[in-house]
Amino acid sequence: MHRFTTQHPDKGEITYQDRKRYLWLVSLLYPLVALSGIGLYYLTDNQWLFVVPLIASYIGVSVLDWLLGEDRNNPPEELVPQLEADAYYRWLPILTVPMHVLVLVIFAWFISSHDLGVPALIMLTLTAGLYSGLGINTAHELGHKKPALERWMARIALAVSGYGHFCVEHNRGHHRHVATPEDPASSKMGENIYQFACKEIPAGFRRGWQCEKERMERQGKSVWHPSNEVLQSYALTLVIQGALIAVFGWIMLPFLLVQNFFGWWQLTSANYIEHYGLLRQRKANGGYEHCQPWHSWNADYIASNLLLFQLERHSDHHANPTRRYQSLRSFADLPTLPIGYFGMYAIAMLPALWYRVMDKRLLALPHIAGDFDKVNIAPGRRAELEARYAGVSAQQPAAQEA
Amino acid sequence: MAKYLCPGCGYQYDEALGEPREGFAPGTIFTALPEDFFCPDCAVRGKDDFELVEE
Repeated sequence: MHRFTTQHPDKGEITYQDRKRYLWLVSLLYPLVALSGIGLYYLTDNQWLFVVPLIASYIGVSVLDWLLGEDRNNPPEELVPQLEADAYYRWLPILTVPMHVLVLVIFAWFISSHDLGVPALIMLTLTAGLYSGLGINTAHELGHKKPALERWMARIALAVSGYGHFCVEHNRGHHRHVATPEDPASSKMGENIYQFACKEIPAGFRRGWQCEKERMERQGKSVWHPSNEVLQSYALTLVIQGALIAVFGWIMLPFLLVQNFFGWWQLTSANYIEHYGLLRQRKANGGYEHCQPWHSWNADYIASNLLLFQLERHSDHHANPTRRYQSLRSFADLPTLPIGYFGMYAIAMLPALWYRVMDKRLLALPHIAGDFDKVNIAPGRRAELEARYAGVSAQQPAAQEA
Repeated sequence: MAKYLCPGCGYQYDEALGEPREGFAPGTIFTALPEDFFCPDCAVRGKDDFELVEE
């Protein structure tokens, strides 16, 4: 097993063994789980088994989270430079990108070449979208890095679901305005995921385009210049998805439209759960305080973190966005979700259940302690929510029901 | 020409080099950057947070 060591002037020899080192290969192989339904169909001739990869993602990963438990292990800070420089970790997300392209092509081929019922087509299209959405997570890990190779691979991963503006919008828009009412990618208390998506998806397109337009204009170039990174990724979408239509026919059009949208929905789900209700306070000069560790919802499950490049260690990601996945740290006493992100994506689709699970947990956070001034609340909902949760404070257990 | 450090992620704005990718040409002095300038690497820290490290 690979060990990292360094000599520290005061602490002596520091060593660290990353127990997850080879488990990170799971991230590379996970997109192939999308193909499990097709494999089972060939074995059994049963078209209902196309639902397997959808269940695996929304329910199966949560079961694995429960079985494998949490991981609170952090690398020593002194060894983080070595971890960051290790090429093995660097190449895993880069090599995951072709997997996302491969999965899309296989689904396109399968749908166009088999006689399938409508339920089968729906299940297959949603599965393709769900795993293309996972590609947005891969692009997220890569898009925060500085080398050109990582940034190009991010644009390719985004092209699979036609979401090429994401890295620009996320890095320069969301990270800057996170956990404020001005950020369409931070959800508010009392806002369900459907209301959130109707604002977040179009606003994301607009803000990504606007940020890139400003950068191009500062360079003295037109927004349509080929170096526009949003356009570069959209052009790749045109090439990949245009080729699929040309080769596999017009059935690709509804397939691609729905799979793209369901890919975006995965990213919307992540944005919805990552900062729900959390609010940065205003400083005396009118600006917002910096994003603090308590402005993100975390989860520390081994299984789901391995599938998401440790996205669930979200507080450390917002504090140190350029830090690579293998170095992200877990901290005690941060806002913590009751289950991993995949399970929360499923809960978010049932708003009544989401509010039941999250609202008291939010109000009971130590830095909020029932104070609605410290909550990012959906406009016009404050009086109603205050009346519903009157008296909820840090002293009351978060799980207690209304 | 001076250098300014992002205290969050360690990015340095070197006036001699500028930040051409963001559209700030070599020789652009720090005080001439727009007030809404944010760290091009981490986007966590803004212009006010940057620290002068080298005159």
